[in-house]
Amino acid sequence: MRALLALALGLLLLQEAAAQSAWKAECGSCHIAYPPQLLPAPAWRRMMAQLERHFGTDASLEAAAAAEIGAYLERHAGTGKRVAGAGSSQRISETPWFRREHDEVSLTNAANCGACHTLADQGDFRERNLRIPR
Amino acid sequence: MRTAKTLLAVLATAAFPALAQNAGFSAQRGERFFHSTHGNDWSCASCHTANPLGPGKHAKTGKPIEPLAPAANPRRFTDAAAVEKWFRRNCNDVLGRACTAQEKGDVTAYLGSLR
Repeated sequence: MRALLALALGLLLLQEAAAQSAWKAECGSCHIAYPPQLLPAPAWRRMMAQLERHFGTDASLEAAAAAEIGAYLERHAGTGKRVAGAGSSQRISETPWFRREHDEVSLTNAANCGACHTLADQGDFRERNLRIPR
Repeated sequence: MRTAKTLLAVLATAAFPALAQNAGFSAQRGERFFHSTHGNDWSCASCHTANPLGPGKHAKTGKPIEPLAPAANPRRFTDAAAVEKWFRRNCNDVLGRACTAQEKGDVTAYLGSLR
């Protein structure tokens, strides 16, 4: 019984690692892989359903990759305060939380997190690694 | 997979331009195709720049793109699924339709001819 549980857990961990690496590679090829926590599940679901028209470009995926990445995004989607009032809009920069967080700066390209968040591509958005260009 | 890899690796060899020509593909036609906007806003060069041996930059997000020509970037054209995926997406963005096999072959012949 114990061995079976360990095996099941191991498989789950492997599946999670594979999904994470697929998410990072695919969602990070034209821009940084934006963290799943920044949008609620309905927004990710909508996005994955219309990848061939993704912010003006075709970002379509093979069905298997789309299913794996979609499930990963929904598993890690934002909940609570950060996505309150976000609805199913696909634009992270239009969520009330994002606007609040950035109300003291003027963003020239809200897609380019790395312009100020120097470790954004590693998923690190801490203020200590923030460098606002003058 | 190994066969595909070997075939695609031929792109970077000196024999490639002659092979492509024998197969009915034209590097000159591919070059014109690469730099044309095809009646829309973008060309291949909008992101990959006019010099595919150098790095490019995504026209919308600004994210750096590694060089496209195999002579400058040996990882290019080594994964058949990736090649198909990007032709599908980028032809749709640039031309508003899928590319023909002839067009894809011509562009590949052009990129493979660059040294």
